[in-house]
Amino acid sequence: MSIEISNVNKYFGDFAALTDIDLTIPTGQLTALLGPSGGGKSTLLRVIAGLEEADSGTVTIEGADATALPVQKRNVGFVFQHYAAFKHLSVRRNIAFGLEIRKRPRAEIDAKVEELLELVHLTAWAERKPAQLSGGQRQRMALARALAIEPSVLLLDEPFGALDAKVRKELRDWLRRLHDEVHVTTVFVTHDQEEALEVADQIVVINEGRIEQVGTPDDLYDRPASEFVLGFLGPVTRLGGDLIRPHDIEISRYEQAATATGPITRWTRVGFEVRLEITPDDVLHPDPVQVALTRTEARALDLHLGDQVWLRPAVGAQTVTT
Amino acid sequence: MADTIPSPIDGALTAPARRGVRSRRGPLALVLRTVVVLYLFFLVAWPVSLVVQRAFAPTGGQPGGIGPLWERLTDPAAVYAFYLTLTVSFWAVVINTIFGVGISLLLVRHRFPGRRVLSVLIDLPMSVSPVVVGLALVLTYSTSLGIFGDVLQTTGLRIINSTPGLIMATAFVSLPLVIREVIPVLEEVGEDAETAARSLGANGWQTFWRITLPMIKWAVVYGVVLSAARAIGEYGAVRIVSRGAEFNGETATLLIQNEYGAFNEAAAYAAAFVLVVLAVLALVVVTVLRPQESHRS
Repeated sequence: MSIEISNVNKYFGDFAALTDIDLTIPTGQLTALLGPSGGGKSTLLRVIAGLEEADSGTVTIEGADATALPVQKRNVGFVFQHYAAFKHLSVRRNIAFGLEIRKRPRAEIDAKVEELLELVHLTAWAERKPAQLSGGQRQRMALARALAIEPSVLLLDEPFGALDAKVRKELRDWLRRLHDEVHVTTVFVTHDQEEALEVADQIVVINEGRIEQVGTPDDLYDRPASEFVLGFLGPVTRLGGDLIRPHDIEISRYEQAATATGPITRWTRVGFEVRLEITPDDVLHPDPVQVALTRTEARALDLHLGDQVWLRPAVGAQTVTT
Repeated sequence: MADTIPSPIDGALTAPARRGVRSRRGPLALVLRTVVVLYLFFLVAWPVSLVVQRAFAPTGGQPGGIGPLWERLTDPAAVYAFYLTLTVSFWAVVINTIFGVGISLLLVRHRFPGRRVLSVLIDLPMSVSPVVVGLALVLTYSTSLGIFGDVLQTTGLRIINSTPGLIMATAFVSLPLVIREVIPVLEEVGEDAETAARSLGANGWQTFWRITLPMIKWAVVYGVVLSAARAIGEYGAVRIVSRGAEFNGETATLLIQNEYGAFNEAAAYAAAFVLVVLAVLALVVVTVLRPQESHRS
């Protein structure tokens, strides 16, 4: 097992940033630390990197106790949200930095840098300064720089957080493909559930300094261990007494066996999706129910704002009774 | 509301001002510009140009021109004075650069009790009169008055009335200049690049030389130029800690005062001319560096 974290606690003053963290991160996989801002996920990543010291507990990297090792001895690659580029050095020198520090022979450094430039598609930009690159290119440079030292773990702290939506999507596809090529144990922090679900092999959900659940994206989505995990991995709504995802509700304009019935009181169109709010007639559960369906489905069902509709969980839908 | 609805009255003046750029035209701008130019002319440009003019003109029965000026400047006493000024300034600048960068790093990159107090203390040399600085150094380090007096007496190390005292006084008054240039730049560039360097295996020293120093390079150079200009021109603190006699602790500024007081105005103007030239040189260096600095960031 690549990284073993056991019984880690971390306080900032009175604030408990991490409480009793026990976690095993498997070798060669892409693990996402997912959670809301201020939940402790970045702190955990920095503890793994050695940038923060845990108040108690141990961190073992590839079988060796790393708890007392400073960051420069841990052989971890760290990628920052805001690139942390060495502005005065060219892209090539940025990538070569870790190898130059390790006093590798010039020929070896040149060969390795060339290979990495190729890998991150920056060969044409090798002599540029970071200021002349776009955000996505800078982050790819930062990744190459971290990979150059052949780290035992690659740690990414909200790596795509500073990029615009389109580049972010491209870059995470690219990261997934890169990981399939390089196979380095990778841990990345994100607050974006879509990013975690799409890229990660394993997701660790962290909230208020505690681990809520560890599992594959499908595990977490289909079998959330808590209401928090269910809510964090995607939109949820309450139908009758149960929590359910808005797109798992079957909606009909014709009277049928239903969990709830009421008029459509809100209609929001977002691209291909139509989000509805139905206010049930049931006095026991009067809170509005959210329903999501595609624009095509809404049109096929001939739905309109104000229509009386009948709602029930779709066949195969997963619900959580509370 | 006035921001959104331009009225015929304020439209002309406020519209450009709202964008944060003042109009280059209009009567008010012209008046302001004239006032500033006149102010600078009567307070700075004219008096300084008179010094330059006097340096070349016949003064106090002595001939004028470049030849006699050169003669006055190559007088052994003048050569000694300039040499002393340059020596003292050089060491003061070296000391302030090393400690300035160190203290800046300490203040920006570390949190410790008393940090704010230290930050305020660093500005003290700017607000205290240099004469008081001189007196304070005498009280601390002179062999007769100083609290270390007995120790200094026995070791035979002289500080006051000697070059080390001059260096200390000069370093004291120019202490904040490097620090105040470097701190904002250090704060602006942030800690990420340094952390990245450490994660790539660099130790503290390597991080400093390869990452931190190149990032703050221009701020350091700028601070050094300002410190040097300040050190060369220092008078008050130097007056107190130096004997200030010919060939005996007489720096360039003290030479000017002494010669002027001894009715040897020609020599005073000659030395003053050199100081003006050095100051202008410093300004030129700073002006050349400034755009480079903004271009890089």
